[in-house]
Amino acid sequence: MSWILTVFVIIPALMLFALWVAKNDNQVRGVMVAGSTALLIGAIWLTVYFVQQRNAGNHDAMLLTNSVMWFKPLNIAFSVGVDGISVVMILLSAIIVFTGTFASWQLEPMKKEYFLWFVLLSSGVFGFFISTDMFTMFMFYEVALIPMYLLIGVWGTGPKEYSAMKLTLMLMGGSALLVLGILGIYYFSGATTMDVMELARMHAMPKNIQNIFFPLVFIGFGVLGALFPFHTWSPDGHASAPTAVSMLHAGVLMKLGGYGCLRIAMFLMPDALEMWAPVFLVLTTISVVYGALSACVQTDLKYINAYSSVSHCGMVLFALVMTTQTAITGAILQMLSHGLMTALFFACIGMIYHRAGTRDVRYLGGLMKVIPFLAVSYVVAGLANLGLPGFSGFVAEMTIFVGSFENAGTFHRVATIIACTAIVITAVYILRVVGKILFQKIPNKKFYELHDATWDERFAIGCLIFCVAGLGLCPLFFENMIMDAVHPIFDHIFTYIPNLGNL
Amino acid sequence: MNYSDFFKMIPEASLIAILIVLFVADFATAKTEERKWFNPLASVLLLLNTFVCLYPMGTQNLFGGMYETTPAVDVMKAILSMGTFIVVVQSRVWAAKSGKEAEFYMLIVSTLLGMFTMMSAGNFLMFFLGLEMASVPLACTVAFDMYRKNSAEGAAKFILTATFSSGVMLYGISFLYGQFGTLYFADIATKMQATPLVIMGLVFFFSGLGFKISLVPFHFWTADTYQGAPTTVTGYLSVISKGAAAFTLLSILFHVFGDMMEYWHVLLMIVVVLSITIANLFAVRQNELKRFMAFSSISQAGYIMLAAIGNNWANSVAALSYYVLIYVVANMAVFTIISVVEQNNGGKTNIDDYNGFYQTNPRLSFLMTLAMFSLGGIPPFAGMFSKFFIFMSGVNGADINTTMGAWAYGVVFIALLNTVISLYYYLKIVKAMYIVRTDNPLPTFKSDCNTKFALAICMAGILLFGVCSFVYEWIAAAV
Repeated sequence: MSWILTVFVIIPALMLFALWVAKNDNQVRGVMVAGSTALLIGAIWLTVYFVQQRNAGNHDAMLLTNSVMWFKPLNIAFSVGVDGISVVMILLSAIIVFTGTFASWQLEPMKKEYFLWFVLLSSGVFGFFISTDMFTMFMFYEVALIPMYLLIGVWGTGPKEYSAMKLTLMLMGGSALLVLGILGIYYFSGATTMDVMELARMHAMPKNIQNIFFPLVFIGFGVLGALFPFHTWSPDGHASAPTAVSMLHAGVLMKLGGYGCLRIAMFLMPDALEMWAPVFLVLTTISVVYGALSACVQTDLKYINAYSSVSHCGMVLFALVMTTQTAITGAILQMLSHGLMTALFFACIGMIYHRAGTRDVRYLGGLMKVIPFLAVSYVVAGLANLGLPGFSGFVAEMTIFVGSFENAGTFHRVATIIACTAIVITAVYILRVVGKILFQKIPNKKFYELHDATWDERFAIGCLIFCVAGLGLCPLFFENMIMDAVHPIFDHIFTYIPNLGNL
Repeated sequence: MNYSDFFKMIPEASLIAILIVLFVADFATAKTEERKWFNPLASVLLLLNTFVCLYPMGTQNLFGGMYETTPAVDVMKAILSMGTFIVVVQSRVWAAKSGKEAEFYMLIVSTLLGMFTMMSAGNFLMFFLGLEMASVPLACTVAFDMYRKNSAEGAAKFILTATFSSGVMLYGISFLYGQFGTLYFADIATKMQATPLVIMGLVFFFSGLGFKISLVPFHFWTADTYQGAPTTVTGYLSVISKGAAAFTLLSILFHVFGDMMEYWHVLLMIVVVLSITIANLFAVRQNELKRFMAFSSISQAGYIMLAAIGNNWANSVAALSYYVLIYVVANMAVFTIISVVEQNNGGKTNIDDYNGFYQTNPRLSFLMTLAMFSLGGIPPFAGMFSKFFIFMSGVNGADINTTMGAWAYGVVFIALLNTVISLYYYLKIVKAMYIVRTDNPLPTFKSDCNTKFALAICMAGILLFGVCSFVYEWIAAAV
């Protein structure tokens, strides 16, 4: 049983091989559908199995653990294991990869190469979420980053070379900080292991050392989580990326940042929170509000959504540094929810762009009459984004703000109140755009000839709407899983900084 | 003198045997077009030599301490021998065309012999002998395309700087002799004390080797020589001779100047930071691929020497040897591709020539991409593992609460930030091949089988040497 998690790396590896030998487009599509379905089934099975185990009274911090020594002289192991957080993240990734496959069904040219890099990216994502060893995590993290360069650079639109290079270099800069952080954690914990759980249990780093390495790791992951002022890669990158890549990037890749901040920075160096939490609280509050405000003034649909992602992903980091149990649970929920709804959003935008030939709000209008399916999906995505009850966004944001308000410090309360304004601002930019592009007069005669979504697009969008609404209507299933995983992490942090983040 | 000692220098003895075999084979047969077996012969002999180097010799002291062999040296010799094997394999078409095939292989083998001697030396004289034995034939190979002007120019620059640096180094060695009255490494190490004379000696010696490894500020010859030399030779210069010199420097610093660690750590930190940063900044601006690779190799030399900043010998030498191994396969892949493109397209080596390369030669550009990713340190390719381990050994044992420890972390931090710059320029090549559209890309061509074979070896190395941990574990266990 303990090998089962490696399936999530082995399937992409097999897919890579199959794609390599595939001869024509249909074979490529076949491999992609088979592989991504297998991943999705695996993820669903994992979720069911995990819940069963928990119900059966198995309360180990990590389930399905396995550890194989990899580089013995350096104490690097290939260790895997999942808790509630990783399980929901794996499920999210599997859904996005599955729907992303259908969203890039018609992609031209060089379909085969495109999917090769796409699968390499997803193998990195899955590998990251199953790993519990710092080196392995870091390795998969980088595996997930680099295909982005080619995916955007070759298949993107607009100033794609600039965006691809900017994105890659900024994220690699983040990972440079990360390497130093990992080395620091390793050496100052006695240089005996790289296993995250083991390191947390030992808690051997002195406080002043934690204060040095915490910001490195937090910013390192924060760059990917669109932490202000390191978020500038995100709008350019998302705007230039092809549809499925935007989906995967905003939907899953940005979650790696939040996950890493919690799992490595906060979990292994809790003492440093006392010094650094206020600093990052300010930065993340700026992310939340600034992202939302920037979205208001954009005219490109993808830029609007990219800035909205900055705001929402900022909310994840914001909730994490609030350090209350509810807020951290909310952060993970937000990761899940944002992943799904932003993927839906990017899918809709990509499909509209593909038809209308423009993403500029000023030149779009009246789409509800010509492409009703896509228009309705766009409305659904928008409403989920602004946190309408019944969709996932509401659950997540509610939990975050309730949790944040539980933190009784005046400073924290003020930050929470400021961040709350983002909800209103989100409503402004979403509703304005929905009104403008869907319901006004059709500005361009060409638009009358647009055809609605094809079957593959409908399928991708249908799946995502199902998930967004599902999470919104019965959040407790996932919330319990997440709470269950957050509890020990929070307890661990709370042991070392009892006077932070409590009533 | 004990003559049986000669039989214990197995790697060197085997190289001498190869030289003799090649020499006899060359003059015993007619130099005709049909002599197609010559390259396979040289390749197989070098491959055999790689296995000979792997033969466990243990730690030995021969000729009264003049010659030492340790497991670490054997590992390094095996790596360099394998690298030379790749160089020889991929050089067939070019060497045959030059009409001096046998001479080229003999020169290459004799430089390798010099490097082996240098690495195994237990005495500064022996070390110097090996160094010169490596430099002089190398200058000949740089000038191998003798009717091409910049090949001759490169060779002139190379030989002049080599002589100059040898002079500087000898001056430093004479200081050491003046202080200690001996040139044996073991004796100097026991008497080591940091007098001003010794510090001067160290600095001169370090500068001399710095020229060979082409660290900044001793790098000025590199770009011109690399550009001028035949591409095969450039590949050899950038991996084999650099690797050997770096290993020797690390070994001498630890074993001879071990007690002066705080002095040479400062020296190294400055040089490493300068090498990596300045070379990266220059590489960004290059348009000629071989010049570009020259600056890339200066910065890689900085990364290689990062290993010496740590203070654990076993860890540092394992990281350095592993880094050189990965660097050999990745860099040889790049130079093999440059070489085959050059030969098939009338000497085109500009980055712009590679625009749209993917449309016409998808396989070669894919391999080039993998090699670039490996050089840039992207997983799952081997380069990321070797870079990570170099960084790991660089801060090994550094206590951030002390000044030197904090500096070690600082240097590694700067090196890490530089990986971003280096990624930028490695991605420039990828961008040219994949993204930039052009109306007339290089035409499709077929590579010869030697090129394919060399590339296959390099690719196997890039893909497997990292993920398959036994390679590193073998090196770490051996040293």
